[in-house]
Amino acid sequence: MSARSLLAFLAVLAVVGLLAFGLLNKGATKIAVGEAVPDKVLPALPGPGHGSIAEYRGKWVLVNLWASWCIPCREEAPVLQRFYGRNRGNDTTVLGINVQDNEDDARAFLREHPTAYPQLRSVGDERSAAFGSTGVPENFLVEPDGDLALIWRGPVDDQFLRERVTPLIKGSS
Amino acid sequence: MSFRSAFSGLFPDKAHRNVLCVLMTAAALATPAIAAGAPHPAPQTTVNAIEAEVMCPICGTLLELAESPQARREKVFVAKLVAEGKSKAEVKDALVAQYGPSVLALPKASGFDLSAYLVPILAIAIATVVLLFSVLRWRRSGRASEPSAADAAASAPQGEDAERLEADLSRYDL
Repeated sequence: MSARSLLAFLAVLAVVGLLAFGLLNKGATKIAVGEAVPDKVLPALPGPGHGSIAEYRGKWVLVNLWASWCIPCREEAPVLQRFYGRNRGNDTTVLGINVQDNEDDARAFLREHPTAYPQLRSVGDERSAAFGSTGVPENFLVEPDGDLALIWRGPVDDQFLRERVTPLIKGSS
Repeated sequence: MSFRSAFSGLFPDKAHRNVLCVLMTAAALATPAIAAGAPHPAPQTTVNAIEAEVMCPICGTLLELAESPQARREKVFVAKLVAEGKSKAEVKDALVAQYGPSVLALPKASGFDLSAYLVPILAIAIATVVLLFSVLRWRRSGRASEPSAADAAASAPQGEDAERLEADLSRYDL
C-alpha cells in the first residue's frame, strides 16, 4: 500500500470513528426506571441555601423539572401543590427543579404560583441534560432508596397522580 | 377671588406662608436636579448585536432567529441588561450565569462537540505534514534533474556546429 493510499485510508477511518463516537455519545444521558436518579447539590429557590434529592432519602420524591416560560408548568404547579398537601404525611414530597430559565423569572413564577414544597434551581440546561430531558415539564418519581420508579416526560394532572403515582407510593407501605 | 387672596385665606399666618413659599421654591428647584442626577446610562451595545452572537439553548439556534417562549424571555433579559448600560461582555457573562455556557455559540469541550476543537487542529497538523513531505520530495526531484558538468560538456556543440556558433557569436560581438 502506497503512502498516499494509507493516508486516505486513515482519513476515512478518522471520519467514521468521529461519527460513531458522536452517535454513541448522543445516547449517553438516557436514564431508566430502576436506575439511580441523577443528583447534584443545587442552589435553593428562592434561596438562600442549597439542596439535593439525596436529602430526602427514605421518602418518595416526585421530582418536577419546570421553567417559568413553560405554559403547562403554570397549570401543573397547583396540581403538584395539592398532591404535596395530600401526601406530605406519607413520607412523600415533591421537589421542583427550575431549569433553562433565569432566576428573576423563576422567582416571579413562584410568587404567581406559590408552592409549599421545596424548590431548587439548575443553571441552564445542565440538569435537563442529566435527566435526558427533552423539554419541560417532566416528572420523575424517586423511590426512598434513590432509584427511579417512574419517568413521565410531560405534565401531570390529578388523574395521572391518582392512577399512576399514588399506587406506587401506597404499594410500598 | 385672586390666587393671592385665596392663598392668604388658606394660610392666614404670615410665618406659615413664608415657610411654605420657601419649601415650594426648594421643591421646584430640586425636581430637575433629581431628574438630571437619576442614573440613565448610555447603552454600550445593542440588543441586535448580542442576539446575533448568543444562542437560545433550548432551540439550538441563534437567539435572533429563535421565537420560542424561552427565547422571548431571554430577549427580554438581554434588552434589560442593554438598557442598564452593560457592555457586550457583561451581558454575555450574565447570560452564562443564568442559562449556562451553552448560551454562548461555542461547542462544549466534551463528548462529540469536542471534535469541533480537535478536527481543525488535526487538519492543520495533517496539512503541515503533507506540505513538508511535498516540499522535501520537490527539492529531491529538483536536485536529481539538475545537469552535471559531464552532461553539460557532452551536450555542447561539436564540429561544424561549434564553428557556426563561434562565427555567429563573433558577428554579434560588440
